[in-house]
Amino acid sequence: MTERTTEVGPLRLGEAVPDASFLSVLEHRGASPTWDLGPGTASGMPEATTILALTWPGGVVMAGDRRATAGNVIAHSRVRKVYPADEHSAVAISGTAGMALELIKLFQTELEHYEKIEGTSLSLEGKANFLARMIRGNLALAFQGLIVIPLFCGYDVNEGTGRLFSFDVVGGRYDELHYATTGSGGQEARSFLKGAWSPDLTQDRAVATAIEALVAASEEDAATGGPDIRRGIFPTVVTVTQGGVVELTDDDIASVAASVLEGRP
Amino acid sequence: MTTPFYVPPEQLVKDRADFARKGIGRGRPIVVLQIGSGILLVGENGSSSLRKIGEIYDRIAFAGVGRFNEFETLRVAGVRYADLKGYSYARGDVTGKGLANAYSQTLGQIFSHEMKPFEVDIVVAEVGRTIDGDKLFRVQFDGTLRDATHLAVLGAQEEEITERLEAQYDPEMGLQDALRAACDAIEAATEHTVEVDAWECAILERDATRRSFRRLDESEVAAARS
Repeated sequence: MTERTTEVGPLRLGEAVPDASFLSVLEHRGASPTWDLGPGTASGMPEATTILALTWPGGVVMAGDRRATAGNVIAHSRVRKVYPADEHSAVAISGTAGMALELIKLFQTELEHYEKIEGTSLSLEGKANFLARMIRGNLALAFQGLIVIPLFCGYDVNEGTGRLFSFDVVGGRYDELHYATTGSGGQEARSFLKGAWSPDLTQDRAVATAIEALVAASEEDAATGGPDIRRGIFPTVVTVTQGGVVELTDDDIASVAASVLEGRP
Repeated sequence: MTTPFYVPPEQLVKDRADFARKGIGRGRPIVVLQIGSGILLVGENGSSSLRKIGEIYDRIAFAGVGRFNEFETLRVAGVRYADLKGYSYARGDVTGKGLANAYSQTLGQIFSHEMKPFEVDIVVAEVGRTIDGDKLFRVQFDGTLRDATHLAVLGAQEEEITERLEAQYDPEMGLQDALRAACDAIEAATEHTVEVDAWECAILERDATRRSFRRLDESEVAAARS
């Protein structure tokens, strides 16, 4: 049994961490985040719902609604599910909200840590594989009902193209060519995107399409929150292009959301 | 039976210090300079992959001279320390002062307890929102911790470079002027010319919202040198 040590101690020189991974540092110090449930299944935890991403010729657009539900209760109405992962990639997570947010924080730290230690960024594929490894590490909890499923997208600087990855609960990693969705409203959003996606989208069209897909999902799925103009709650939208990750401001999204809602039947 | 020698502690410390200084004095110099747009770090480095200047955290950078493996060990430990702290608490809780203190403790410990002291001299630089908020910490091989104002110079010809730069230092200097001044001072003091691609330069940008460390590319250095 390894001795559990404090996470942030004094400086440790030549620590026997096997690689440039931050997760390995945490593991080495016995400080990796753990959720020990014991026997039984968890229920009633807030869950983050619909997230989606779609490609356009210059990059990728990723969006998520803001609602988290616990059973039939709206637990939070301003949750963020979409985050920049580093300069050229973004990550969104659906599933048990508390774990998902921790996982994102860990993933962001991991990418930055690797970059600083090694002096170069991980390749986009390397980042996706690492995320898959993190999900796989969560498998035991997934069987107890604490499921976390991300979407990951980025601009592949080596290949000069936007790429999009979806995952499953065992850490399977899938390259998606056009669009991907997950979460309780994912099915509905996917049906919408199937009809709306085309190979010649512009970035503005892709953003509008992403928001409209979320609206479509929110109309069918009670756990997905649509844009709430009165209370100023709007989906989170980020774009990833050669120039990097850009988060759209609420003002930008509000105007697109307003016109999307206008056009809905 | 062998009788252990008696070595007076003064002698022991002096020997160790002389040993470390000799190693460091051979190291090619690095200049760290506070300017309006941030903190500039300039060093001569023939290798483009083995770095002497590195990013530690959002607003903190590291520079070291001496033995590469030793200051690299310190840098990596610093990155781990900073990332762990930022992950466990909040990004804003990672400070240059905390890190410099940790380095000082560690180097002091090594100096008096290990077989041989580290032959390194390092700077921890933290860029503030204004130039008054900048922090430059100098940590020496024996753990001596000092804070510097305006500029810090490490490595060979330390005093002469400092003198030259002090004479023309102006906090309002632009990036290009500061870069030129630093390179000129190093070249003049070490009496040799350095190729454009042998400079390792980086800046902690004052106005950056998150990660402020940026390496200057060759074209920027070339522009300042022409």
